[in-house]
Amino acid sequence: MLPEVAAQNPIAVELEKGIPGAVVDLKTELDGPVLYVAGSSIVAVAKHLRDVAGFARLSAVTAVDWWPREPRFEIVYFLHSIAKNTRLRVIVRAKESDSIESVSRIWRSANWYEREVFDLFGVQFFNHPNLERIMMPADWEGYPLRKDYPVHGHKYSYQDE
Amino acid sequence: MKEGTTHVESLDPQHELQVADPSGLEIPYEPSSTARKMTLNMGPQHPSTHGVLRVVLELDGETILTARPEIGYLHTGIEKEFEVKKYQQGIPLTDRVDYLSNLGNNLGYSLAVERLLQLEIPPMAQWMRVMLCELSRVSSHLTWLGTHALDLGAMSVYFYCFREREEILKIFEMFSGQRMMTSYIRIGGLALEPPRGWQKVVGNVIGRLEKGIAEYHNLLSSNPIFVDRTKGVGGLPVEVMMDLGVTGPMIRAAGIKTDVRKDEPYSSYEKFDFEVPTRSENDVYARYEVRMEEMRQSLRIVKQALDGMPAGPWQADAPHVLLPEREKMKTQMESLIYHFKIVTEGFRVPEGSVYQITESPRGELGFYVVSDGTAKPHRVFMRTPSFGNLQALGALLEGVPIADSIAIMGSMDFVLGDVDR
Repeated sequence: MLPEVAAQNPIAVELEKGIPGAVVDLKTELDGPVLYVAGSSIVAVAKHLRDVAGFARLSAVTAVDWWPREPRFEIVYFLHSIAKNTRLRVIVRAKESDSIESVSRIWRSANWYEREVFDLFGVQFFNHPNLERIMMPADWEGYPLRKDYPVHGHKYSYQDE
Repeated sequence: MKEGTTHVESLDPQHELQVADPSGLEIPYEPSSTARKMTLNMGPQHPSTHGVLRVVLELDGETILTARPEIGYLHTGIEKEFEVKKYQQGIPLTDRVDYLSNLGNNLGYSLAVERLLQLEIPPMAQWMRVMLCELSRVSSHLTWLGTHALDLGAMSVYFYCFREREEILKIFEMFSGQRMMTSYIRIGGLALEPPRGWQKVVGNVIGRLEKGIAEYHNLLSSNPIFVDRTKGVGGLPVEVMMDLGVTGPMIRAAGIKTDVRKDEPYSSYEKFDFEVPTRSENDVYARYEVRMEEMRQSLRIVKQALDGMPAGPWQADAPHVLLPEREKMKTQMESLIYHFKIVTEGFRVPEGSVYQITESPRGELGFYVVSDGTAKPHRVFMRTPSFGNLQALGALLEGVPIADSIAIMGSMDFVLGDVDR
């Protein structure tokens, strides 16, 4: 069922026709609509948005940690269509134990961005070609951009100095 | 010679006739043989990577089979630091991301927060921002041109470029007191009132830069060494480049006319008359031409801003966001209270999120700011152009001679601070 708030948005309506149950919510932010999508259907949604809605470019992927709220993560996909000169944000809500399917087969640029999200937030992506740490050293413990990770790191504290 | 043949047999004249190449110089080419592959570490301390970038190259003789960029050596956790600082304290952090175009970064972050605050910026501040950002674009392109030409063996261009860039840095110093880490564009306007007599200084520098750009053009555009090393080098199908997230001058040199300043104008760019240069050759030389033309167009914008600079205030009328004037603080109670509140608590930003895109000298620079209604951002994500462009390095270097890798890496114009953040 398409939520009521999304009934006015043509992209959401079109998406609901192609993949029923994919759109779970829609918010209107200051720079346009933001689609909330079910995590299990993200690859199908990505394929639809690329081929039918014309979003040929994936600008970036990132995450926001809302700890201690559950589900704590929001994975944000920034889409861009040069031909139509429009942008769209797609968000997937994820729990800490969830594994999201990688969209790097739909847009190759997702490769490094998903690695970054994995590295800094600890969100797992499956079907990713090379899910390794990208910014932090390979043997780093913890995920620095999580809200429960202290700014000065786990190992050191100012009291030791 | 076959295994097991003896020395005496090899001297047999009949045998010698059977050998196709008696000199023995013709070695059969076997690309699949593992014994011929060599792994080479380029960087993290290599002059042509322009920063701490490590590229693991797998070579077959002089040809690159695979190139794997390894980043993260300059990761400083700036995005994490944003979350423990008040909104206005984030401005100096943005300077340190892309340290060659710091004013553009200041602007991107300020615009994102201003959009969340729904602040109206006076025209004078908007035009001044455009003028300074364009000067910063020229300065960034000059750094690129100098180092790129130096990589390809043209030493003198480097000195000329840095000589002219110095003039731009002097303007920045005049405005903000800092040559590089300017932090001049703030949330709600500018940091300081523009200095007296800036019009004359900027006017002089435009003339000097125009002369300088003509000089570099004479030195490089028909220089046989430069042309031989750049023309037809470093191409990739344009769909692949798009798919890999390449933006900015690199994608414009591949024939795609896209520029955030035209497509989604910000800070009154729609009032300026300028062209978006494109080329269809999609090689290192085309990227050189696009950036050279961009510098000329930037100077056009600076000239228009200089001639038509509107009068008026240089800060928005928002006492809860901007620090009051010193003189008012001494005479008015409210100003003193606002000052105290901004310094101690900061200002609250309404809940919401915004993705603000600007055109940095390297491509699409996006600031994704998420606010939870407090005085500190919940999350700031920077979609930096260098990170997106660098993802294409592996594909660009595949199958090219190792000498071309220097030209290709130079043409990408990445800043490692921008990649690692």
